[in-house]
Amino acid sequence: MSIRERQEELIEEFAMFDDWMDKYEYIISLGKELPLIDESKKEDEKLIKGCQSRVWLNAELKEGKVFFTADSDAIITKGIISLMIRVLNESSPEEIINEELYFIDKIGLKEHLSPTRSNGLVSMVKQMKLYALAFQTQLKNG
Amino acid sequence: MQEVLKKTFDVEAIRKDFPVLSRKVNGKELVYLDNGATAQKPKVVIDRIQQYYNLENANIHRGVHTLSQEATSAYEDSRRKMKEFINARFSEEIIFTSGTTGGINLVASAFGQTHIQEGDEILISTMEHHSNIVPWQMICEQKGANLKVIPINDKGEIQMEEFETLLTERTKLLSISHISNTLGTINPVKEMIAKAHEKHISVLVDGAQAVPHMRLDMQDLDVDLYVFSLHKMFGPTGVGVLYGKKELLDSLPPYQGGGDMIKTVSFKKTTYNDLPHKFEAGTPNIADGIACGALIDYLEELDWAAISLHEKDLLSYAHEQLAAIEGLRFIGEAERKASVISFVIEGIHSYDLGVLIDKMGVAVRTGHHCTQPLMDRFGILGTVRASFAFYNTMEEVDRLVEAVKRAKGMLL
Ligand SMILES: Cc1ncc(COP(=O)(O)O)c(C=O)c1O
Repeated sequence: MSIRERQEELIEEFAMFDDWMDKYEYIISLGKELPLIDESKKEDEKLIKGCQSRVWLNAELKEGKVFFTADSDAIITKGIISLMIRVLNESSPEEIINEELYFIDKIGLKEHLSPTRSNGLVSMVKQMKLYALAFQTQLKNG
Repeated sequence: MQEVLKKTFDVEAIRKDFPVLSRKVNGKELVYLDNGATAQKPKVVIDRIQQYYNLENANIHRGVHTLSQEATSAYEDSRRKMKEFINARFSEEIIFTSGTTGGINLVASAFGQTHIQEGDEILISTMEHHSNIVPWQMICEQKGANLKVIPINDKGEIQMEEFETLLTERTKLLSISHISNTLGTINPVKEMIAKAHEKHISVLVDGAQAVPHMRLDMQDLDVDLYVFSLHKMFGPTGVGVLYGKKELLDSLPPYQGGGDMIKTVSFKKTTYNDLPHKFEAGTPNIADGIACGALIDYLEELDWAAISLHEKDLLSYAHEQLAAIEGLRFIGEAERKASVISFVIEGIHSYDLGVLIDKMGVAVRTGHHCTQPLMDRFGILGTVRASFAFYNTMEEVDRLVEAVKRAKGMLL
């Protein structure tokens, strides 16, 4: 599935929630699922500091596809991270670099990507693209 | 006596003076409990700003034309009213700044240049806002001076014995908050000022959080320098006050150079203007400065004894209701507290709580509140903070408590 298709799928899923409570309960349940990152990978260099919540991000390249794992100390942030990973994982670096992430806006969670929230998500998206960029270079040179 | 005062304080009538309080957020009536960050503005202040731009706009202190003279006199009226409001001795002891941060930086620079030498000490406390930490770190680094920190106890109170031992002959300035923005602690500043003065140490008080809760009296406090922001006391953003004893301010060099702060300028030698203009280089925030006059007229009309009782009621009711929530722990339980409540809930991140509470129409602040060293002192990353103003109601406390309970239920 392409990043675009996965975004469309999520938007459709979220259209079923008719109030904010249901939506947030779903996000919280995603956030409560197992830690998304290996504890051993929760090192400082993987830490993205938001003012309000902290995010850890790890990326690996396997057979030309990018695999992200990430975690946060705040559950809502974690739930949103899990949505992002679902959208981006197992894509080529090129697709990750070029595709716009518009689903957050469409499912009514735009405020979580506002810089004033300083929850680390904005920096995380930036960091995801940087990882993809590095992997692309690696693939070209490799 | 208390009963009588309570009856005369009509919170519903007061709420009508603040237009934003009647708006809805996320489909619910707004409950605004982030007054510590900035307070809402009464209509008289908003109208005054509009009137200035509609009818009076002109630069001040420099024009002979009518508009300029009118604007100058309105701006200087604000200064006079402010002098009365905080009981300073002279109008020229009121320096208009951009805010608390602007005022502290002014003092750090001007006082630092002349009064701080290598090996000197500046004394602050653990509970200071970053605005009352970083400017001192900067001047200490520049001068080779040392920043000393008064410890606090687990309730969030200054340790007075430690404080006294930290006042040494090397101490040149004590810079202390009147009320902690995170804990609500009311510091015994009058006593601390007296102790510092015994050793001829000057004192700056960061009153950012005190002005919305109490009437101030500069002469009674006998404070040397006092700073605050108008936006936290129901006035416009972008204006603050630095109060300073005339003799001290006179002894300080100017902070910024430019128009308004000079007497004469030549390429050989420039002479500086007198107080307060010496510290007010360039065109100030005229519109908002003028609106401060309207604000003070409004605040003077209020019954501050009744406000104080009302805020005490809000605080104790909120405290009692929140305390019943399992796993909730208050951060800051000082004996003397303003209507500010910080708390954490076991197993819940303050960010998650804040997001959900906002969805229920309740505005609180979450995070470290620009007091990271204080968070370290309590071994936490952040708190949820509800900060009340005189226009808040008991029903709003109920809305807060209900929102916290619901959010907790969703998160655990
Ligand atoms: C105690 C304290 N000091 C200083 C400040 C800084 O005020 P301003 O941002 O208006 O300069 C604040 C504001 O949050 C505060 O609460």
